[in-house]
Amino acid sequence: MTAHSSTINAVIANRRGRTRRYAVVLSVLLVLVVAVFAVTLAVGQSVTPPGDVLRVLLGEEVAGASFSVGQLRLPRAVLSILAGLCFGLGGVAFQVMLRNPLASPDIIGITSGAGAAAVFAIVVLSMSGPIVSVFAIVAGLGVALLVYGLSFRNGVAGTRLILVGIGVSAMLQSVIAYILQSAPAWSLQEAMRWLTGSVNGAKLDQALPLLFALLFFGGVLLSRSRDLEALRLGDDMAAALGTRVSRTRMLVIVAAVGLIASATAATGPIAFVAFLSGPIAGRIVRNDGSLLIPSALTGAVLVLAADYVGQHLLPGRYPVGVVTGALGAPYLIYLIIRVNRIGGSL
Amino acid sequence: MTDHLLVATGLSAGYDDTEILHGLDLTVPPGRITVIVGANACGKSTFLRTLSRLISPSKGQVLLDGKSIHRTPSRDLARTLGLLPQSPIAPEGITVADLVSRGRHPHQSLFSRWTRQDDEAVDSALSATKTFELAERPVDELSGGQRQRVWIAMALAQQTDILLLDEPTTFLDINHQIEVLDLLTDLNRTRGTTVVMVLHDLNLAARYADHLVALAEGRVHVSGTPEAVLTEDTVRHVFGLESRVITDPTSGRPIMLPIGRHRMAASTDTAREPSSKEKNA
Ligand SMILES: Nc1ncnc2c1ncn2[C@@H]1O[C@H](COP(=O)(O)OP(=O)(O)O)[C@@H](O)[C@H]1O
Ligand SMILES: [Mg+2]
Repeated sequence: MTAHSSTINAVIANRRGRTRRYAVVLSVLLVLVVAVFAVTLAVGQSVTPPGDVLRVLLGEEVAGASFSVGQLRLPRAVLSILAGLCFGLGGVAFQVMLRNPLASPDIIGITSGAGAAAVFAIVVLSMSGPIVSVFAIVAGLGVALLVYGLSFRNGVAGTRLILVGIGVSAMLQSVIAYILQSAPAWSLQEAMRWLTGSVNGAKLDQALPLLFALLFFGGVLLSRSRDLEALRLGDDMAAALGTRVSRTRMLVIVAAVGLIASATAATGPIAFVAFLSGPIAGRIVRNDGSLLIPSALTGAVLVLAADYVGQHLLPGRYPVGVVTGALGAPYLIYLIIRVNRIGGSL
Repeated sequence: MTDHLLVATGLSAGYDDTEILHGLDLTVPPGRITVIVGANACGKSTFLRTLSRLISPSKGQVLLDGKSIHRTPSRDLARTLGLLPQSPIAPEGITVADLVSRGRHPHQSLFSRWTRQDDEAVDSALSATKTFELAERPVDELSGGQRQRVWIAMALAQQTDILLLDEPTTFLDINHQIEVLDLLTDLNRTRGTTVVMVLHDLNLAARYADHLVALAEGRVHVSGTPEAVLTEDTVRHVFGLESRVITDPTSGRPIMLPIGRHRMAASTDTAREPSSKEKNA
């Protein structure tokens, strides 16, 4: 009896340890987002005192701060956070569902698909506003279906899906480049946005549709977080545990594509944020809980920080996607080498 | 104790257009150990996967207590019927206690908290499989035998009355195979868990089964007691192999000795003598 009560106490302690570590990780990431957000608001070409920043946020007119903080830095930071959350969430959902870090939407062509549709809608059809996001979401789903269909042979094999996706992605990238080349009003800023992603010229009214997309699609994903965790044990095991695998997979694809495409329609395909956030979050969280929220927060930190670096810490100014691209490329190479070495899926 | 009745009637199933199982009938004896044997690719895994609703049958049905499992809510089913698949995946770096606790999945929901009952189920699963000492260790650092015990612990934490296992002893050393089969027998004896498993080794199958089922080409060739099923005829039909079946002096169960083409003692009368042509080849 005593032996039994001591073992169950160990079981309880073990479980509480996981819960506690997870709570700590979430808090730290949340604090980090807020801290980076605050820095990007306060420190730019000039430093704005925190008191002034706060007053601008509360809607007061502050001479010398209202424009730089309220009109320039705030929309940029808000859009960065929202896009980062969407990319981080949508990316990790795919990676967990397909059990492969390479299966991220920006590697397998979904981001490029959404980007190509958005650039087509904006540049060729002269559209703007939420309709662009709808265009991007539909195209993203189309690409997801296409990649899935092309790689389907008695169940989807990880490596095949990724290779097909990389091919489709390259094709869609050239579509984007082609549209930009042949566009009548071709500006470098616009081009950079659609080629690597950028929050230059962000407006607060771009943030609202993105916020809705985040709440709606993010909510759907979070409601499936337990089933996603079960899927990590393999499809058969997940089903044996009572998860409805195909339904979960369908919901997760739609929700993740919704997030990725909405963010892409707003900021362009910010390179590798979807791809990097999940693995970084995974390193921190380990197996103590679902990766969804940690990865979303990591995405927000990545976009905020990378945009800040691109604006203020490098010689010259670079859009955020150039900085995240430089971060992501080495990791992509590392993963591909690893896949080659262990021969097959990760 | 369990008296849940799992029955397959006229079951046909397969993948895409290929039918693998052709009208299979089986009644799983409640509270007993049923072992399924058969040649590679004859449909054993497909059968277990159809029994646990991973595959929808094209004809026939699987009934649990008279109700089609395809009409049972998945979570309810997962509280009665557990499956340990042939190749489950352990997330990188996951610890034993964490993995085992995931067996509680069907007993929880998005908003429910861990209960005392969950902790007790994990605790008793760890103890029953003697994996408690490994609780803090990462699963990927364990030996094959230990890892298999951990997976069984996870299936136990699910606390289902019926447990299906697909080749739980493959890749294990013989001592670990026996350890796993003894463990499953203990479970069956102490908790009354109905066990249905696929085994590779005919002799171990006959040794541990109450009810033995031989599949051939997606059909039940013969089923019944090990004595009735494991015969020279069955081995010939199911595996295309000539053999002798004798009685194991330890267990009293039938034991199969394969007859190959070589290394036969001269007195073996039932053996097919290699022809002189084969000898010269
Ligand atoms: N996911 C699948 N898709 C298509 N065919 C499959 C799949 N899994 C198994 N098969 C085929 O079904 C047949 C039976 O397989 P299986 O049930 O795994 O056999 P066993 O477990 O008896 O070795 C084999 O021919 C196999 O190639
Ligand atoms: Mg099999």
